[in-house]
Amino acid sequence: MSKYNISAMSKLEEKPRVFLEEFRVKNAPNDYGFADEKWSFKKFTKKFRIIIVRMNDFEMEFDLIGIQPAFANAFRRLMLSEVPSMAIEKVAIRNNTSIIQDEVLAHRLGLIPLKADPRLFEYRAKDSTEGTEFDTLEFSLKVKCTNNKTQIKDSYRPEDLYENHCVYSSQIKWHPIGNQASVHKEIDVGPVHGDILISKMRPGHELDLHLVAVKGIGSDHAKFSPVATASYRLLPEIILTREVTGSDAKLLQTCFSPGVIDIDSNGRAFVKDARYDVCSRNVYKYDEIKDAVVLSRIRDHFIFTVESVGAMSPDVIFSEAVKILRDKCKCLLEELNTL
Amino acid sequence: MKISELPGDEDSGLTNRTYVFQNESHTLGNALKCIISRYEDVVFCGYTVPHPAESKMHFRIQAKGTPALDILKRGLKDLEKVCDHTLELFEKEVKAFQKS
Repeated sequence: MSKYNISAMSKLEEKPRVFLEEFRVKNAPNDYGFADEKWSFKKFTKKFRIIIVRMNDFEMEFDLIGIQPAFANAFRRLMLSEVPSMAIEKVAIRNNTSIIQDEVLAHRLGLIPLKADPRLFEYRAKDSTEGTEFDTLEFSLKVKCTNNKTQIKDSYRPEDLYENHCVYSSQIKWHPIGNQASVHKEIDVGPVHGDILISKMRPGHELDLHLVAVKGIGSDHAKFSPVATASYRLLPEIILTREVTGSDAKLLQTCFSPGVIDIDSNGRAFVKDARYDVCSRNVYKYDEIKDAVVLSRIRDHFIFTVESVGAMSPDVIFSEAVKILRDKCKCLLEELNTL
Repeated sequence: MKISELPGDEDSGLTNRTYVFQNESHTLGNALKCIISRYEDVVFCGYTVPHPAESKMHFRIQAKGTPALDILKRGLKDLEKVCDHTLELFEKEVKAFQKS
């Protein structure tokens, strides 16, 4: 038992953490929330580490370790609301006889994620009425629902009775302006997913729309946000302070997320991987095991999860966010120097 | 102009100032405050977004000896350095991850 306590205590000294106790959340006694530390860029670079945990075209998880919460939060906020993306902004409705109203239809179209890389486009000037090939993408959507001539007998399924009764995002057609056709390909600018249902129709209903997509940022409208989610959480840590065996070990296992606590061949519980625990504090319900654990989170270990909407890969989105903050500082400095 | 000075500090020397940032919010405000409040010669540093409907951020600096403007410049420079370092490290890690 003493062996457990010593190793647990020495572990607690290493990193700043918040303790999740039964009735409160508490800082370590010697932890003043980074407030007294003097700023030193050298110290920052020495402590700061990045670990990439998983990454593909749509989703990414990485750790920022040894960073101030203010910076982590700034990067998160930038990804959500200041990294640009392309989205449909104006819809000219030539004909709409479907049951979905013009404004609702326009809004639905705006929310369709486009594959177009915003880094290849410029912001459109506020007062411009005509878009150019550098700041605008034009699409059209022209669909008419009709009766299916070659009907299968006795079938009442709409897909057998009608043609074009479902309008999908894959039916949106791109119309290159100027030199665009030689610079971009249709699959690189159109909707990310072809199976997004836009509207349902019946014979006689018709859509004839002209769509204009521009570059924008998430703080203007959420449709311009390049991420589905961008969030961080602190790394959980679970420390067992004494031996837990037998039925108590089983009970302990059920108190945490699956895979967090495992039981070895001697029936002893051990912490296998605390990373994906949800920090529920369910252990404190059971008097027989609540003294056996110390729950905490590491205060300067941020686990970022970035989920892209499809235009840019998540690592590019994070890089862009950092660049935006850097350029902001640069611009402001320049302005202050000319003051 | 993105930055202006709030009047009212004319009598207290150059060390106390409130700057108004147009089109900025908590993103820049908190990150900058985090750096500047840790400087040796800064007595007080804080920021506020006076009204959520106006995209303005007020940034207050009170210092001993050093002019507030110099401190603001130093803070922006340091934040820029932090960004550069983060970017460099992140891109290095991404490359290493893609190789493995």
